[in-house]
Amino acid sequence: MHAFAELFQTLDRARGTNAKVSAMAAYFSQASAADGAWAVYFLSGRRIKRLIGPTRLREWLAEATGLPDWLVTETHEHVGDLAETIALMLPEGVEQADDQRGLAEWVEAEILSLRDCEEAECQSRVTSAWAALDEAGRFLYSKLLTGALRVGVSQTLVERALAQASGHPQAVIAHRMMGQWTPTAAFYSGLFSEREEHEDASRPYPFFLANPLEADPAELLGDIHDWQAEWKWDGIRAQLVRRGDAIYLWSRGEGLIGESFPEIIEAAETLPADTVVDGEILAWQDDVLPFAQLQRRLGRQRVGKKLRAEVPVRLLIYDLLEQGGEDLRARPLGGRRQTLEAIMAGMPPPLMLSPLVMAADWQALAALRAESRARGVEGLMLKRRDSAYGTGRPRGIWWKWKIEPLTLDAILLYAQPGHGRRANLYTDYSFAVHDGEQLVPIAKAYSGLNDAEIRRLDRWIRQNTRERFGPVRSVEPQQVFELAFEGIAASSRHKSGVALRFPRIKRWREDLGPGDADTLQQIKALLP
Amino acid sequence: MHAPLIQPTEDGLYCAAGDFHIDPWRPVERAIITHAHADHARSGSALYWAAKPGLGLLQRRLGKNTAIHGVDYGETLQFGPVTVSLHPAGHILGSAQIRVTDGHEVWVASGDYKRDTDPTCAPFEVIPCDTFITEATFALPAYRWPSAAAVAADIQQWWQANASEGRTTVVFSYALGKAQRLLAELPTPHPGPIFLHGAVAPLTDDYRAAGIQLPVTQTIGEAADNEDFSTSLVIAPPSAAGSTWMRRFRKPATGFASGWMRIRGNRRRRGYDRGFVISDHVDWPGLLQTIEETGAKRVLTTHGRADELVRYLNEMGLNAAPLNTLYGEDEENG
Repeated sequence: MHAFAELFQTLDRARGTNAKVSAMAAYFSQASAADGAWAVYFLSGRRIKRLIGPTRLREWLAEATGLPDWLVTETHEHVGDLAETIALMLPEGVEQADDQRGLAEWVEAEILSLRDCEEAECQSRVTSAWAALDEAGRFLYSKLLTGALRVGVSQTLVERALAQASGHPQAVIAHRMMGQWTPTAAFYSGLFSEREEHEDASRPYPFFLANPLEADPAELLGDIHDWQAEWKWDGIRAQLVRRGDAIYLWSRGEGLIGESFPEIIEAAETLPADTVVDGEILAWQDDVLPFAQLQRRLGRQRVGKKLRAEVPVRLLIYDLLEQGGEDLRARPLGGRRQTLEAIMAGMPPPLMLSPLVMAADWQALAALRAESRARGVEGLMLKRRDSAYGTGRPRGIWWKWKIEPLTLDAILLYAQPGHGRRANLYTDYSFAVHDGEQLVPIAKAYSGLNDAEIRRLDRWIRQNTRERFGPVRSVEPQQVFELAFEGIAASSRHKSGVALRFPRIKRWREDLGPGDADTLQQIKALLP
Repeated sequence: MHAPLIQPTEDGLYCAAGDFHIDPWRPVERAIITHAHADHARSGSALYWAAKPGLGLLQRRLGKNTAIHGVDYGETLQFGPVTVSLHPAGHILGSAQIRVTDGHEVWVASGDYKRDTDPTCAPFEVIPCDTFITEATFALPAYRWPSAAAVAADIQQWWQANASEGRTTVVFSYALGKAQRLLAELPTPHPGPIFLHGAVAPLTDDYRAAGIQLPVTQTIGEAADNEDFSTSLVIAPPSAAGSTWMRRFRKPATGFASGWMRIRGNRRRRGYDRGFVISDHVDWPGLLQTIEETGAKRVLTTHGRADELVRYLNEMGLNAAPLNTLYGEDEENG
C-alpha cells in the first residue's frame, strides 16, 4: 500500500508524461504480480463497485473525529473531495507504524471483503483502517472505498509504462489489456509473459484514433488522391469480432455492448469466420437518426422487441482489421478497404459498408462537408490511403474534419464546485436563455474557460450569490457566455423542451449584457 | 449592560474608554498595531504603538518619519482608565496580542497568531481573558499543520534533487514573515547559494538588524550577469510567479509555501511543481487549544472561515460571534 500511495503522490505531482511513465514503470518493475495487477487496474481508470456511500462515510468520520455532522459536511464542501477530507481531518494515528501489507492485500482483505459485513463491523473496520494509515495511505484507501480513484494518467500511458517495464512493444501490451480481465497475479504475469502464446479470442484490437483537423486540408494534406474521405458519424465506435463461432461487440470504452444491440450480433453470423471489423453503431431508419435516439438503447439488460422496432440500429463498417485469423492492420488502408468491400458485397442490414465520399479536389470536398449537418453527420474523416491501422492517436495519419459547432449566447444561472483539480472552485455551470419574461435552463457546461477565467468567475460567483442549495449557488443573471454545441434534439425530459449535444463554453462574452442572450424561440428554430 | 470594551467602527477596532484603535484601516489619532503585515499596519494615523522587536519593519512599512512608540512585551500603558499591554503572538517578528482591561474585564485582541515554534519570533503567550478576539483564517478541521521542521527538510531534499539536475529552485512565499521563517528553518548545509527577490531582501535585513540569526543570502538584483543559479534556492513573493522576472532562471522548479497548500485542489490548480504546507496562522487544533487556555467565555472572530467556527463554539457552550473587519483581504498571506 505504501509503495502505491507513494506512486500516486509522484503521479499527482509530476508534470509531463515522461515523468509519469517512468514513475509507473519503476513501480511495475518492483511490484509483486498481485499488487501490480491492482495497480494496472486502478491506473487504467477501472474501478471497483462503490461499497460505502458518502453519507455513511461522513457519519463515521464525524464519530471518529468527535465533530458534529454539519462541520464534517462543511469541511467536505471546502475541501471538495471526501477521501481527502477524511485524510486531512483525522489526526495522525498512533497505531500506524509499519504496515507491510501490499496493495492487493489491502484491496482484497480490507476493502472488497466489506461487501459481506454488517454495518457495525463495517464501521469499526473502516475506522481502524483509517487509524492504521498515514495521511497518504488514508487518502488512497478512502478513494478506493468510494470507488473513484482519478490518477490523471490515461490507459495509453499505463501501456507505455508496462511496455518499458516488460520490454514488449506497446501494441502487445495494449492488446493484452483490451477486453475483460480481472486483476489477478496471473493476469499481471501474462502482461509480461513471452509473446505468441495463446491470446484470448474475444479481444478486439486497440482502436486507432484520429486528430482534429483545424487547418486547411489543401495546405496541410497535399494531394487529395492520397486520402480516403468518409462521413464522420455521430454514433458509438465499435469493433465487431467474430472468432470461430463466438461473436463480440466492443465499444471504445472497452465494454462488451452486444446485449444492447442483439440485431448486430445476429447479423454477424453472416460474416466469414475469424473476421474483425471496425465501424460505428448508429440509430437508423431510412437514414441516420440523432444520437439521442441511440442512447435509448444503451445501458439496458435486455432490449425488447418494442425498442428494437422503435430505434433500429446499424453498424456502418469502415475498416477490416482481421481476415481468416490474419492481422491485417499493417497493410495499407486502400488494400484493406478493397477486401472489406468484397466481404460486404450483398451483406444485408444491419451490417452496412460506410460509403466513401468522393470529390475531385479539396474545394469540392469542402462543399460536401458543408452539407454535414443536413446529413446528420459531424463532418468528414480523412485517412491516408497508405496508412496502417496503428495504435493511439499519432498525428498526420487520420484526421477528423468536423464542421463548426452551433453556438448560442446564454446567461449563467447556477454554479457548483468541481472535483479533483477543480475542487472548491466553482467550475460546473448551468446556463439559461430567455423565454418570454422568464429564464429557462438550457445547458450545463464544465469546460472551455482557462484557469485565470475560472478563478475570476469563481470570485464573481461568490460575490454575486443569490441563494445556496447545498453545494449549488444561484447567481445574479448577469454574465453571458457563448456556448458551442454539436446538435440539438427535442426532449421531453428538459424543461426547455430541447437537449443540446456536447455543450461547452466557447467564450465569456463580457461585452454582452443579459438582454443580449438568445431566446428559447431562436434556439428551437434550430431543431431539425 | 454597558458598551463593549472594544467594538468595530468604520475606522477599525475601537476602544472608546481608552480612545484608541487597534490596527485601524483608516487614519486615526491613536493606533496600536499588532504586526507589520499590510492589512494590519496602515499608514496615516497620528500616533502609533507597537512591540519593540517589530519597530524596524513597521518603520519601513509606515514611513521613516512616522512616530511609533516601541513597547516591551508585558509593559503596561495607560490610556485614561484603560490599561493596555502587548504580548507575543508568535505570528511574525514583533507580532503582538493586545491585552486591554478597564479593571472590570479583560479583552485580548490577538491579531494574527500561531502556536507552532518559529525561530524568528517570540512564542505565543497565553493571556487569560474574558473576551478573546481571534483570527479564523484556517478555522476548519482540515487545517492541521505538519511540523515546520519536517516541511523545511522536505524543501531541502527537493532543492537538493533540483540542484543535482541543474535546475534553479524557486520557492514563492509571503515576503514578510514566511520568507524569513523558511530561511531560519532550512537545515544546513545548503545544497547551494540562497538568493532573495528584491521585495524579500530589505525585510530580511530588518530581521537581521533585530538580532535574528539567518543564513547568508544574496539579492537577485546584485547577482553577476553570468550567474547561472543552477544550484540556487530563490525566495520570491507569489506576484513574481509567471512574470518576466522568472526568465533569468533556466528550467526553474517552483514551489509555493502556504497553509492553503494543505488542499490538493489548491496545489494542483496553482500550477507550481510543489506545494509546501507552512503557515504563520493558527491551525484548527491550535485555535481550539488557545480558546480553551485563555479561559475566555466570549470569542469574537475576524477574517476567514468565521461562520463555522462561531457555530461550533456556540454549540460547545461558548458565546461566539463574528466581527466585521477588513483583515485578511489578501488571501496569499497564508
